[in-house]
Amino acid sequence: MKAFLILEDGMVFTGTHIGADKEIISEIVFNTSMAGYLEVLTDPSYAGQAVCMTYPLIGNYGICKDDMESLKPWPDGLIVRELSRIPSNFRCDMTIQQFLEENGVPGIAGIDTRALTRILREKGTMNGMITTDENYDLNTILPRLKAYTTGKVVEKVTCAEKYTIKGTVDLAQNGPLSGLARFDKEAYAQGVREPKPALVRELNGAGLRIALLDLGAKANIARSLAERGCDVTVYPALTSAEEIIADAPDGIMLSNGPGDPKECASVIAEIKKLYDTDIPIFAICLGHQLMALATGADTYKMKYGHRGGNHPVKDLATGRVYISSQNHGYVVDMDKLDAAVATPAFVNVNDGTNEGLSYTGKNIFTVQFHPEACPGPQDSGYLFDRFIQMVRKEEK
Amino acid sequence: MPKHPNVKRVMVIGSGPIVIGQAAEFDYAGTQACRSLKEEGVEVILVNSNPATIMTDKDIADKVYIEPLTVKVLEQIIEKEKPDSILPTLGGQAGLNLGMELEESGFLAAHGVKLLGTTAATIRNAEGRQEFKDLMERIGEPCAASKVVENVQDGIDFSNAIGYPVVLRPAYTLGGSGGGIAHNQVELEEILENGLRLSRVGQVLVERCIAGWKEIEYEVMRDSAGNCITVCNMENIDPVGVHTGDSIVVAPSQTLSDKEYQMLRTSALKIINELEITGGCNVQFALHPTSFEYCVIEVNPRVSRSSALASKATGYPIAKVAAKIALGYTLDEIKNAITQKTYASFEPALDYCVVKIPRLPFDKFITAKRTLTTQMKATGEVMSICDNFEGALMKAIRSLEQHVDCLLSYDFSELSAEELRERLRRVDDQRIWVIAEAIRKGISYEEIHDITLIDVWFIDKIAILVEMEQALQKEPLTTELLREAKRIGFPDNVIARLTGRTEEEIKELRYANGIRAVYKMVDTCAAEFAASTPYYYSVFGGECEAKETTGRKKVLVLGSGPIRIGQGIEFDYCSVHATWAFARAGYETIIINNNPETVSTDFDIADKLYFEPLTPEDVESIVNLEHPDGAVVQFGGQTAIKLTESLMKMGVPILGTKAEDVDAAEDRELFDRILEETRIPRAAGGTVYTAEEAKEVANRLGYPVLVRPSYVLGGQGMQIAISDDEIEEFMAIINRIAQDHPILVDKYLQGKEIEVDAVCDGTDILIPGIMEHIERTGVHSGDSISVYPAPTIGRLIKDKITEYTRRLAKALHVKGLINIQFIAQGEDVYVIEVNPRSSRTVPYISKVTGISIVDLATEVILGKTIRELGYEPGLQPEAQYYAVKMPVFSFEKIRGAEISLGPEMKSTGECLGIAKDFHEALYKAFLGAGVNLPRHRQMIITVKDADKGEAIEIGRRFERLGYTIYATRSTAAALNEAGVKARKVNKISQESPTVMDLILGHKIDLVIDTPTQGRDKSRDGFLIRRTAIETGINCITAMDTARALATSLENAGNELTLVDIAAL
Repeated sequence: MKAFLILEDGMVFTGTHIGADKEIISEIVFNTSMAGYLEVLTDPSYAGQAVCMTYPLIGNYGICKDDMESLKPWPDGLIVRELSRIPSNFRCDMTIQQFLEENGVPGIAGIDTRALTRILREKGTMNGMITTDENYDLNTILPRLKAYTTGKVVEKVTCAEKYTIKGTVDLAQNGPLSGLARFDKEAYAQGVREPKPALVRELNGAGLRIALLDLGAKANIARSLAERGCDVTVYPALTSAEEIIADAPDGIMLSNGPGDPKECASVIAEIKKLYDTDIPIFAICLGHQLMALATGADTYKMKYGHRGGNHPVKDLATGRVYISSQNHGYVVDMDKLDAAVATPAFVNVNDGTNEGLSYTGKNIFTVQFHPEACPGPQDSGYLFDRFIQMVRKEEK
Repeated sequence: MPKHPNVKRVMVIGSGPIVIGQAAEFDYAGTQACRSLKEEGVEVILVNSNPATIMTDKDIADKVYIEPLTVKVLEQIIEKEKPDSILPTLGGQAGLNLGMELEESGFLAAHGVKLLGTTAATIRNAEGRQEFKDLMERIGEPCAASKVVENVQDGIDFSNAIGYPVVLRPAYTLGGSGGGIAHNQVELEEILENGLRLSRVGQVLVERCIAGWKEIEYEVMRDSAGNCITVCNMENIDPVGVHTGDSIVVAPSQTLSDKEYQMLRTSALKIINELEITGGCNVQFALHPTSFEYCVIEVNPRVSRSSALASKATGYPIAKVAAKIALGYTLDEIKNAITQKTYASFEPALDYCVVKIPRLPFDKFITAKRTLTTQMKATGEVMSICDNFEGALMKAIRSLEQHVDCLLSYDFSELSAEELRERLRRVDDQRIWVIAEAIRKGISYEEIHDITLIDVWFIDKIAILVEMEQALQKEPLTTELLREAKRIGFPDNVIARLTGRTEEEIKELRYANGIRAVYKMVDTCAAEFAASTPYYYSVFGGECEAKETTGRKKVLVLGSGPIRIGQGIEFDYCSVHATWAFARAGYETIIINNNPETVSTDFDIADKLYFEPLTPEDVESIVNLEHPDGAVVQFGGQTAIKLTESLMKMGVPILGTKAEDVDAAEDRELFDRILEETRIPRAAGGTVYTAEEAKEVANRLGYPVLVRPSYVLGGQGMQIAISDDEIEEFMAIINRIAQDHPILVDKYLQGKEIEVDAVCDGTDILIPGIMEHIERTGVHSGDSISVYPAPTIGRLIKDKITEYTRRLAKALHVKGLINIQFIAQGEDVYVIEVNPRSSRTVPYISKVTGISIVDLATEVILGKTIRELGYEPGLQPEAQYYAVKMPVFSFEKIRGAEISLGPEMKSTGECLGIAKDFHEALYKAFLGAGVNLPRHRQMIITVKDADKGEAIEIGRRFERLGYTIYATRSTAAALNEAGVKARKVNKISQESPTVMDLILGHKIDLVIDTPTQGRDKSRDGFLIRRTAIETGINCITAMDTARALATSLENAGNELTLVDIAAL
């Protein structure tokens, strides 16, 4: 079946329909990750958007449910050059086509995704429609496209009620891991040479209780903390600050999430109250933007955002550059920062935009990128350890 | 961190002659790095024995030493040039080893020379087998379990402990000979016993077999501040067990989920960090196909073939960045040359699919086993880019220039399903064609996967291509079908064949329906940022990003495709120089090529680069877009020449020598007429199509005769026949591939072989110098030792050659380059072959005479005369140096290849010896080719009867050099009779100790073995030569070569003089 992608500026791409049989209007964004389409699809930050994958071959390894970052896909639509006819991976549970159909996500394949990306790059992010109606009428559709906004989307993606994830209690549970895992010197000294047990994460968060404000959190945020031994309590986005404080967490995490941060006025007010406590706070992406807004800084919408797994960010404290996973369309305005409140901690090497803040006189640091990865590079996972250290220091 | 202030003079070590496993990629990397260093104001002292390289140009480096790559020579150069630092990570394994030896001996420290980039300790950790294993164990990164054993029992015990199958690798045998995979104890005992015997040190590594796992590579960069990025990952379609250089490779990985991708990426970064590599590095992994288990196979702490591929696949200039890192810069300080907006500290995002296919030399070595193993056999490779895998695979297939253009090109239709199942077990270069046939025969994906262990995703892609073939054969050719066929890479000629139409009809149908190739840009960032670098690939469907540029005159330079025996790096040298010369003359330049290892496919050589197959259709699509004012074909070897006719049909003027004149040189009758008109003698001969005709001509001329196809490279298929039987045999071999052109049968003349390259402006000629071959005619010119200036011919012959060259160039209306081979017999000069184009010797003669004839030829093509260019026409004055070009072979890498020299070219590369004294130049040339004698002062001579006389003289000279001579029965008798002491050894079939035992004793320096006339039928001789090569013994198969070696050794031992080519 034919499908059409109609952009706000009247441009129409003709391709083949994929996924659920449904017409959608959404904000069209592109992601440059070469792998990890499932993590992208299940990242709640994409709520209210339709994602174009710039890598042309999608669906090659099917859907491995273990890799889902939330319980369902969130984008309104998926735009690809080519959907693989068969999936091939030992963990594959179903094809991406089945997954999209089952979850009511429509999409379009067979269009020149590079041309679309170039348009979005030049003209900025636009709204668009995916439809299979061959008799579409631009005169009626374009005004609807222009009127579309993602709106108060955080409320749609957050969890319904609070729940707790217990931290890992022994090393055997969290190995074998590569990457962020630490080398176990003691095990090695005791002559352990098996490839697995020598390689585990330190349980440096054991016994800590972390509150995670779910603004559309990816599963790997809580998992990253739990793997380090932390007990993580996840709160719905509209939880009051008082309720969280009353639970006396050792540290607070503000998660990633979708939409325009300025739509989250009530959440911002609660975050300001959290800021005023002495509880250490670490925030990612939307959480980072909300903390900035809560403390008097400003955010603005970028032309086409950062979405992919290849963005270099520089840690201004050390000068080191890390390749990061990113997904954001808004950014904190560095020109309007008050150094008495916060100073830049990370900066994007490509375009110089803000990638993180350090809060003056507070145990608070926030980043724009995704140390939890999934998809993308795991290079900045050390930030979870930094957070735990900060919490531990506060404990003493 | 900014640049180290103390780095001002850097010595760069090249990789030496092109051999299998170490090819043009190091010229690409070295050239890019040298330019990057010079950009920073650093003075570059370059050492490389390979004269065909661009890196040894005086434009690239400040001081250029084309000298043998030995520690002693490098020490001498360091003492003379006093560099403050040395960069050893650009010259492949050869360069790295030399750098390490200099460092470990303390020489560098004593002379205050710093090793730039990765430190010696790091290199030791990465290269040393045990050190590496220990390090990996320490950081918890898994390696396959392995153990070095010295006897069979230890091997059995260890194998029982780790479980079969196991891989066996004998230590210190070249080309991995004697190794293999043992699936059980019986096989183990057999292979291990043999391996222990072949190993010089009697050691064999027994390793857990991970064959069949997915093979994944990461290219990683790290700077001295510890910042790391991965440039690219690549997945081998052939699972572990086939050398990555011989595998079909795709980038990025296709069948890995993000979890697997990031797990291995993180591991690669951890390893490079732990090793503290500064620069580029390649990490190879084996990933278990049905679990997260993986093993680190290998780490290369230097630029490599894979890094060249990754550079071209992504647009990220690894060598350039590695050079800047070596100077002290960090990744976030180095601008991304493609976007000019981003920095080197970001990871390329691909929005296309890249496929690499190796170019294997089995067309040259027809007796060799086609099996692919962990020993690399490919001489080169092609790369292609498309927005889908099928299209990329199809483009790569037709880029190979091996008479293949689709998955039907090798015909296995005769095989039954059962036979196909058996055939699938054979791992060779035809495997994807066998898989295609298996799909046609209805064998399931699962079964194909179970046998080949190739991922089902790739098998499905092959099936999509097969289904399209079938659709084209059976269904009506609708616009939609045609559009889809083009999208997945079917060329017009294949569609025409399958639909029973003509190629022209298909093309018209396409144009009528607007189905045309469009061009996308390689921009490192998947279009996220605007890029300015015009590096393009074609796709069908979508918008075209390449825009026709106007304003300046525009020239199309056609590259030479994959490196193969007979058409090597020298044609890339010519293409690049021509491109630069056109640019200097104000032209806009466009290069089309498909070889990822070369300088010509670097994105900043021409104004535009199209990374595309070199077929008429692919070229025409570009012509239709760009409308060039002309094309040059004379610099791109036979690949470009073959496109001449098509270019003319497209209406593209051929710049320089006209196509009909090129034809005249190849067409026997036309050429004979020209020779007659110009009164130039040649060997008598005739043109034939069948064996019957060939025998008739041969008998008329009298044996021996030379048989060869016309329009071929490197004398492919050329043979000397001495009987009707041999004619039958050779004609059958030649006609295995349908010949578009007749086959030539010539009287074989024996004499001195002379070669010239000349520039002709239509009236006058310029010959930079005359080269003389050491070997008599009968040995292909590319395999001969070539000497400039010609040492043994007199004025008379030289004048004749100059005059004949002038007449021929004029008669053929040559505008540009011409290459002619002559035979001198007494005072007579015959012409053997004329090529109105660039040749293998162009870079070499340009460098030693200081006359860049490619530049001159380009100027001449553009209308200048030789006089206007400031040269007096004719033969130029001789240089004060002798330059000896020595062929270098890769026989040890190709199991079963016949090594004896003949009219068909077999060498993969060359090196140069240059000195004021001829003998020193000859010695340097041998040294550069790796002939470093004497060692044990023992040799074996076994020659055919006709050579016995010469063997006596040569034997006497080696005896005087202190050599103990062993010889087989009749050779020994002849030598002893003439008073040359020779010990008789038994033939292989006789009782021990035989000649074979002697060779395997590892105490022999040299074997001189001349095969009986024509193709050697003797199994003994073949075995002797193969075993010698595989155990690292120098083996000479021509008496002239042996004499030259004796001369060189007689003059060895003196301190070598060094020549800076840049100062010539």
